[in-house]
Amino acid sequence: MRFLLLGLGLVLWVGPTVRRSDAQDTSAIDRGVRIGIVYQPGVRPGLVVLPGRPAGLDSARAMLMRDLDYSDRFELITLPAGDSLRVGAAALGTAPPARGAPARGRTGGAPAAGPNYPLYLALGADFIVDVRAAGDTAVVDLHDVAAGALRRAFPARLPAPGAAGFRMAVHRLADQVLQATLGAPGMAATRVGFVKDGKVYVIDQDGADMHLVSSTDRQAMSPAWAPDARRLAYMEFWQGHGQLFVQDLGNGERTAVATTGRALDFTPAFSPDGKTLAFSRATEEGTDVYTVNAKDNCCLQRLTVGRFSDNLSPAYSPDGQRIAFVSTRSGLPQIYVMAADGTDQQLFAPFDYGVTGASNAPEWSPDGQSVAFHRDVAGTLQVFVLDVRTRTVRQLTSVGRNEDPTWAPDSRHLAFVSDRSGYRQLWIIDLDTGRIRPLLQQSGARLPAWSPRLPETAATNP
Amino acid sequence: MKRLTLLALAVVAGAVTAAACGGPKPPPQAPTPQPNADSAAAAERARQDSMDAANRAAQAAEAERARRQQEADAAAGAQRTTEEVRAMLAAMIHFDYDKAVLRGDDVGTLDQKVATLQANPNLRIRISGHCDERGSDEYNLALGNRRATAAKQYLVSHGIDAGRIETTSYGEERPLAQGHDESAWAQNRRDEFEIISGGDALKKP
Repeated sequence: MRFLLLGLGLVLWVGPTVRRSDAQDTSAIDRGVRIGIVYQPGVRPGLVVLPGRPAGLDSARAMLMRDLDYSDRFELITLPAGDSLRVGAAALGTAPPARGAPARGRTGGAPAAGPNYPLYLALGADFIVDVRAAGDTAVVDLHDVAAGALRRAFPARLPAPGAAGFRMAVHRLADQVLQATLGAPGMAATRVGFVKDGKVYVIDQDGADMHLVSSTDRQAMSPAWAPDARRLAYMEFWQGHGQLFVQDLGNGERTAVATTGRALDFTPAFSPDGKTLAFSRATEEGTDVYTVNAKDNCCLQRLTVGRFSDNLSPAYSPDGQRIAFVSTRSGLPQIYVMAADGTDQQLFAPFDYGVTGASNAPEWSPDGQSVAFHRDVAGTLQVFVLDVRTRTVRQLTSVGRNEDPTWAPDSRHLAFVSDRSGYRQLWIIDLDTGRIRPLLQQSGARLPAWSPRLPETAATNP
Repeated sequence: MKRLTLLALAVVAGAVTAAACGGPKPPPQAPTPQPNADSAAAAERARQDSMDAANRAAQAAEAERARRQQEADAAAGAQRTTEEVRAMLAAMIHFDYDKAVLRGDDVGTLDQKVATLQANPNLRIRISGHCDERGSDEYNLALGNRRATAAKQYLVSHGIDAGRIETTSYGEERPLAQGHDESAWAQNRRDEFEIISGGDALKKP
């Protein structure tokens, strides 16, 4: 898409071979680039990831480019025809003074020669990202095009591509670049838990590296991340009961949550300090919200007493003070809110009695400003967002059936389930641009839960 | 039957022998028929005794055979009854969309379960509520729970001890029909009844 934009903005001529009578440059110049109309960048800053050497970093470069693209904060500029732009531009003699370094042919640990800033400025780039090797360390250089200077260099000791920790190390670099360019925290170093065929899996936010988490012989539901992003809570059916588990994704060790497993317990949700686990418990009295002490794995508390109505699907506010939940006290399920101790229960997302459809699956955004949920609209489900301050709702989706939204840690992306492609799968929407992309091209994935940013681990920390 | 024939042959042979003993004496020279009469009576008694014995043996054999047959019949019958009662117990009930209210046409099915539970005091069951795929995945666990509870409440209100009935819900996680139309949905909005214990030999109500 961005290539298209670039193509529209540039009169680009990539000829077969430019013959020059007297070659002034010893490096092979076999293609040239002419710039006609100056590219007009969009409102988002333009960013270009330079191709280049060494090829061993190509997978890191590709991942970085994709992560920055998926952040939806840049116009990603794709260079036509490999690195002809770099070479061709230099050949045109427009390269800036090379600060004493050779214009091309950068080697191993040598500092980068300055890129052709005016050229990239003309292409609409505000930032240039270059990935290079320095000994056994990969270095990501971030150039500020307007300033015509290197802004930051991020060295990282990357595990070999394919080795454990490689992907997360690159994702972290992408988040660092985002932080250094726009001062915004990213969401590249995150994963998404979800359910497929009755099992809980996790996957990187870019759709790679899928792992099974739950048991192979039981039916599981409702994954929920601990705030440390290392542990995942979920529910499994067993002998007519629903039991909650907390599993350490590092070593695979899992612990049954105290008091659960003798009734139907489901939809676990960690408090932001990780000390409390709220969940729904269905008994013959109906379904109500309970909590247990997640630290000491004890001490059951009941937060709602529904009697003739159901209360379920708790979701903590990021300050831990409040819990959004679903209640059928007015008939159809709707979104309510209460203090974390169960007091002060009140309607949260407004609805028209007898008109508005059932509303379910609330999740509080990490910035605390919104609660995403889904609501029945004319017999199908759509994703809505509640503005916590004004208590107004807006409908986010309208194509197909869309449900179970979950927030990325940047509070502007949501993963959700949609059948817009013909079958139910996971999608990600950027609330600012409205851009939608599939997270997982597999049928039947549902109940997504987006992790907080992953902590650095020994394997990826140089 | 073969044994009986052999016995009868032996008896007849005995009688012939006895008759032959008296046979050679010429009738005109028979002033004392007494010994003859005695031996005939003895023979007759012997014949009668052996016949009685044979009859008794035959009767015993017949009784034994009948008893075994009866036992086999009873076992087969009990097995058949148990199967029938199990099938009756497994009969599902169904619900309207997003409702957990028992339907009138399911009352007969539930009454049968009341009678079955009354006739089999050791029987314990689990009722699981299920939903169609249209609602929210997690809300459907709560809805299925209400459906299971509604059936249990009916059974308990008709005299069944609440401790004999467990309830649970599988929401939309275990659909019976895989389709995506009203006919599949209607089949999937249901309560299932399964035996937890005491279901080895069931009596008909």
